[in-house]
Amino acid sequence: MNLHEYQSKQLLENFDLPTAKSVVVFSAEEISSLISELDGEEFVVKVQVHAGGRGKVGGVKITNDIDEIIEFAKDWLGKKFVNHQTGDEGKPVSAIMIAESTTIQKEFYLGAVIDRSSQSLVVMASPEGGMDIEKVAEESPEKIFKINVSKNKKEDFDILPLVNGLGLSPNQTEEFKKIVSGLVNLFFEKDLSLIEINPLVIDQNDSLKCLDAKINIDENALFRQEDLLKLRDSSQENQKEIEAAKWDLNYVALDGNIGCMVNGAGLAMATMDIIKLSGGFPANFLDVGGTVDKERVAEAFKIILSDEKVKSVLINIFGGIVRCDVVASGIVSAVSEVGVDIPVIVRLKGNNSEEAKKILSESDLNIISADDLSKAAELAVKNSG
Amino acid sequence: MSILINKETKVICQGFTGAQGTLHCSQAIQYGTDILGGVTPGKGGQTHLDLPVFNSVKEAKQATEANASIIFVPAKFCKPSIIEAIESGIELIICITEGIPTLDMLEVKELADKEGIRIIGPNCPGIITPGECKLGIMPGFIHSPGKVGIVSRSGTLTYEAVDQTTKVGLGQSTCVGIGGDPLPGTSFIDVLKLFEEDPQTEGIVMVGEIGGSAEEEAAEYIKEKVSKPVVGYIAGVSAPPGKRMGHAGAIISGGKGTAEDKFNALESAGVRIVKSPSEIGQSILEEISL
Repeated sequence: MNLHEYQSKQLLENFDLPTAKSVVVFSAEEISSLISELDGEEFVVKVQVHAGGRGKVGGVKITNDIDEIIEFAKDWLGKKFVNHQTGDEGKPVSAIMIAESTTIQKEFYLGAVIDRSSQSLVVMASPEGGMDIEKVAEESPEKIFKINVSKNKKEDFDILPLVNGLGLSPNQTEEFKKIVSGLVNLFFEKDLSLIEINPLVIDQNDSLKCLDAKINIDENALFRQEDLLKLRDSSQENQKEIEAAKWDLNYVALDGNIGCMVNGAGLAMATMDIIKLSGGFPANFLDVGGTVDKERVAEAFKIILSDEKVKSVLINIFGGIVRCDVVASGIVSAVSEVGVDIPVIVRLKGNNSEEAKKILSESDLNIISADDLSKAAELAVKNSG
Repeated sequence: MSILINKETKVICQGFTGAQGTLHCSQAIQYGTDILGGVTPGKGGQTHLDLPVFNSVKEAKQATEANASIIFVPAKFCKPSIIEAIESGIELIICITEGIPTLDMLEVKELADKEGIRIIGPNCPGIITPGECKLGIMPGFIHSPGKVGIVSRSGTLTYEAVDQTTKVGLGQSTCVGIGGDPLPGTSFIDVLKLFEEDPQTEGIVMVGEIGGSAEEEAAEYIKEKVSKPVVGYIAGVSAPPGKRMGHAGAIISGGKGTAEDKFNALESAGVRIVKSPSEIGQSILEEISL
């Protein structure tokens, strides 16, 4: 789950990390009264959407004129923010953050993530702040400094490699230590999967300050992070993916025209891959999971078919514990119930698959049965043109 | 021979009386697995599937002398269950459960490594030595005892590899599903090492997917240490970056973890790579016959 910048900032403040003072508004009318809470003459105004690269398309403004801020808010609120990160559909803007402007002497990067190889939390810092850190990692990896932090000994880590890497003064080093331990505590207490403070800056008073933050939370841990769950803004997420999740279906929308319905995530990816190998384009990833019954298949069809680009559907089920004939009957009734009028290619493998084939071929519906995965993919591609 | 489990393996089940535990234990018993009882706190003293139920792993281990535990406990409660199994001295823990928070696994893994306990999974189909012992949710009937060791991050995709190796007449020594989470208890390398040492295993099928760098690390290991033929497949060539593809660990982030990189790493390690999952069986047959 992702957070908005203003929500991430609030979390940083809760863990005593220094940020620029800010307010968030949901309507232009609130601005005049709320802005009086801020000091200084200049403000940074930003649209709040789950996407980076906001400045390049007018989503960020620096100004000392309150009328301009009101104008900015009126322009953006209720509109969709569109850039390369959001795709054509864009993301709705329902909040604007106004922060005190900070004079920046230097910009750093500070982040933390679970590293799979070392199986520990890795805290990373780089003097190349404000930039795309992935680019830094690629072009000059020697400018990224890392330390490992164990969950069982989270007070006990050596911060020196980071301090030296950033070239901090003694005062800043003290501030930095507090920031890193706040960051580590925040990560562990709130079940984060990623946090990036970019930039972390040295301001006009030679002090460190967190100017922007990106936070991702481990979906699997949301059951014990009720406060964070309340911050979820589903308007920023793909609506079809949300609908699918209600039925415990794992769906990811793609650009192609062949709908896929598969049991198991690995096999679902492999099915997409084999469609591509056969010269076609998958419209989605969809894992129906272990229980492949009529209701779930029907719901899966509804979601797949809500994408108008879809011209054929490939169902690939490996019937292990579930019997293929039961799955076949489920597919037949779902197809007739939902009223699927495009070709459906079905490949059922495993337990009772001969019986299943018979059920499918006797159905009178637009269902084509195939034995082999490559053959099934070829048929799906042929029928999508 | 086989790896990790065989007909001598003595098993208990945690989450025994739940729907998943009941279904899959019945199937495992039918397959011939030596399941000796189960653990469900508060239900100790009862009988389930004609086997004793215990309140704790410690009690169950004392009474049955089990050396393996298969876990079906819901994700929310899984961390204490795995820790309980580790602390009770269970040597092999198979965790089927999907959806365990990553930080829970971080803690569990640290403890397991310290105590020298092996965890398979979580979020995996389990492990099977055909004809001897089935500890997982895989359909037993597609397997046959034989020569190929299979290690995979996926469930149903593993069944494809199994089905094909059965059809070409090779059969399997042991199949290990290491699971689709970012922090698996057992890595590709751990399993490759065991297959290399196992005389029954004549060839290895490795099924990876996008996300992380476990396949790249395995490729390095294969180059140095594995003399047996390896066939490799990676799922997710067509997966877009930044999107989680079902499994918690299957995500391309920051340009890292693409199927292309993994295929390249495996190929340069001398692995026979297949771009279509339907070519796995035929390819390993050719490699072993060489």
